Amino acid sequence: MKILNKEILADSQGISIVKITLLSPDIASKAKAGQFVVLMVTEEGERIPLTIVNADIKEGAIVLITQTAGFTTKQLANVKKGDTLYSLVGPLGHPTEIKKYGKVILVGGGVGIAEIYPVAKAMKAAGNFVTTIIGSRAKELLILESELKQVSDGLIVMTDDGSYGRKGFVTEALKELLEKESYDQAYAVGPIPMMRAVSVVTKNFSVPTLVSLNALMVDGTGMCGCCRVTVAGKVKFSCVDGPEFEAGEVDWIELLKRNSIYSDKEKHICRLNNL
Amino acid sequence: MKKKPVSVKGQDKNLRVKSFEEVVLGFSEAEVLEEASRCIQCKEAKCIPGCPVGIDIKTFIKRLTLKDYAGAYSTIREKNNFPSICGRVCPAEYQCRRACVFTKKGEPFASQDAINIHFLERFAGDYGAKNKIIVKADSNNKLSKFKVAIVGSGPAGLCCAGELARGGVKVVVFEGLHKTGGVLRYGIPPFRLPRNILDFEIDSLKELGVEIRPNYIIGKAKTIDELFAEGYSAIFLGLGAGIPSFMGIPGENLCNIYSANEFLTRVNLMSAHKFPEYHTPVNIGKHVVVIGGGNTAMDAARVAIRLQNMNGIISDTTIAYRRTEIEMPARRLEIEHAKEEGVKFQMLVKPEEFIGDDNGFVTKMRASRCELGEPDASGRRRPVIIPGSNFEIDCDIAVVAVGLGANKILTSVTPRIVTDKYGDVQVNPETMETSVKGVFAGGDIVGGEGTVIEAMGMAKKAAVSIIDYLYYRWPDP
Repeated sequence: MKILNKEILADSQGISIVKITLLSPDIASKAKAGQFVVLMVTEEGERIPLTIVNADIKEGAIVLITQTAGFTTKQLANVKKGDTLYSLVGPLGHPTEIKKYGKVILVGGGVGIAEIYPVAKAMKAAGNFVTTIIGSRAKELLILESELKQVSDGLIVMTDDGSYGRKGFVTEALKELLEKESYDQAYAVGPIPMMRAVSVVTKNFSVPTLVSLNALMVDGTGMCGCCRVTVAGKVKFSCVDGPEFEAGEVDWIELLKRNSIYSDKEKHICRLNNL
Repeated sequence: MKKKPVSVKGQDKNLRVKSFEEVVLGFSEAEVLEEASRCIQCKEAKCIPGCPVGIDIKTFIKRLTLKDYAGAYSTIREKNNFPSICGRVCPAEYQCRRACVFTKKGEPFASQDAINIHFLERFAGDYGAKNKIIVKADSNNKLSKFKVAIVGSGPAGLCCAGELARGGVKVVVFEGLHKTGGVLRYGIPPFRLPRNILDFEIDSLKELGVEIRPNYIIGKAKTIDELFAEGYSAIFLGLGAGIPSFMGIPGENLCNIYSANEFLTRVNLMSAHKFPEYHTPVNIGKHVVVIGGGNTAMDAARVAIRLQNMNGIISDTTIAYRRTEIEMPARRLEIEHAKEEGVKFQMLVKPEEFIGDDNGFVTKMRASRCELGEPDASGRRRPVIIPGSNFEIDCDIAVVAVGLGANKILTSVTPRIVTDKYGDVQVNPETMETSVKGVFAGGDIVGGEGTVIEAMGMAKKAAVSIIDYLYYRWPDP
């Protein structure tokens, strides 16, 4: 769990997006697209899940990308090359079902772009025609554009403020594209409102859509039920039943509310630590 | 004249609800001598078969009366590597103490007069810990060439590891969490099992040569087959009862409704009661309702009432149980302690629905009253809803402690390990061997939700079989 490298991918509007390369040969050798790790920065830390963005078996390393949101992600963004994380466990969750679907469309918003990258790569390698739509608030916060270009047959960039690519939300580009051509599978990761909006669009075009949910977790192994979500009317644990689910079946409002359970405490601990 | 049992001292109830310090203070030396002297040294000691791991209770008590505390400690360690843990968490009133000659026949649990075996065990265990009495591993040339993998560091895994290591086998324990102990650490609160005691007993395994690898999930980072390929000769699965059950009633996913596992893990493992010094949060409210009647429900309620007291909230924590106190599976002592600490009990209550506010936080629980009907499969009388008995109770934190199901992370990727319809691993009850040769299992993953000592009993049996397997069947051509 030694940090082999740290790179700041974006730092703007009070948000940083940081790429961390960690030494973990066992996880690297097993990690598949769609899986995640749970880590603790310090012994006093909380356990947070992060998607495995890349795994290098030869180097025994995995890549994680985090955006500063709460206390722990801010703490993680402050680690230095050579530091060691207190704990790291994985790979957790079911891998993405990678196969030849035909035409696959991937949609990533904000730091969710990092999470669609391993899936885009694997989908391309499986012989799919891959179109990728990525979006961020502004040019400075856009990540992995060139990496995704390499594994996509087409790439569309959207920014909220129009500072780069096209102005507007990813869902606008998605809708236009689906009106023009048909796709066999969609995959989306981003903020909850974005994933929800994507699910509405793809439903209209009857495109099956997987989303990777970012529910709060503690152990990440099915033991606590903190990450429970309602999918097609049934209670599922994101950690062991997911993290991917069919977008149209997810109770998004419930997830949004459950993800804000600790907002007050999060603000409090950030303030105390000047973060 | 028959002597009266020595009652154990506890921390003041007004003070203890404001801290996570140990509640039961244990016997002093004088109290141990007095209590031990009550034992009549039955010719045929019934207490011994009453112990799931068969501790020679009669002999260790005799040694206590002779002030041979080290001898008492050694006697216990012959059968049990964790006397300080078991002396604190064993439901002795259902086991050795119930078998004691002083318990009246046919009682559901031990009589008051039964010898306080667990407190005597605790004293001997703590004596051994304090005086650093070291139990050595056997040097066994035949066994020392073998390496055995233990999956899970809870009661079953630790016990099996200890038994094998003492027999001279090289043991590696794989634990999924960042700390060892399984339910002993994430489930049982520090006020019942202080962390220094837990750490000492686990460290004593390291002295036996046991290697522990935390943050490692077998079934994810490595498979059973890979362990065998790496040179492990046998594997023991002590996976525990992993997945918390919910009731399946409307509103159960509202914010601030926890499984007992989550609520307890946040506090016991992650130290959420020390937030923000520790970074894991837990919410606490004015009206806590804990649903269930087992030890886990008692632990959750007692943690909740501490969090209320420590946060300056007038304590209001209620346990809602669908049967009556007599059917509660919890240890009697835990029920008593919960009452002393101010936990309220609402018996014969069946939750129907949780009601929340606009932000999705729970505010009320709607429930029905029950009466007891005919006995069910468990032999306990079944709760039957009284029609029209619906009522509401204020509830801004709910903790659901209604049981656990099997965690399938390992078995789902290892279909050769045969499981039953609940996902529990099937074993030969004589040997604890699973359907896969060289893979053994014990604890809650083979038998639902048992006690710490029952898990240890199974693990000991498995350890005997593993040693037998290594001696006579490995490598089986």
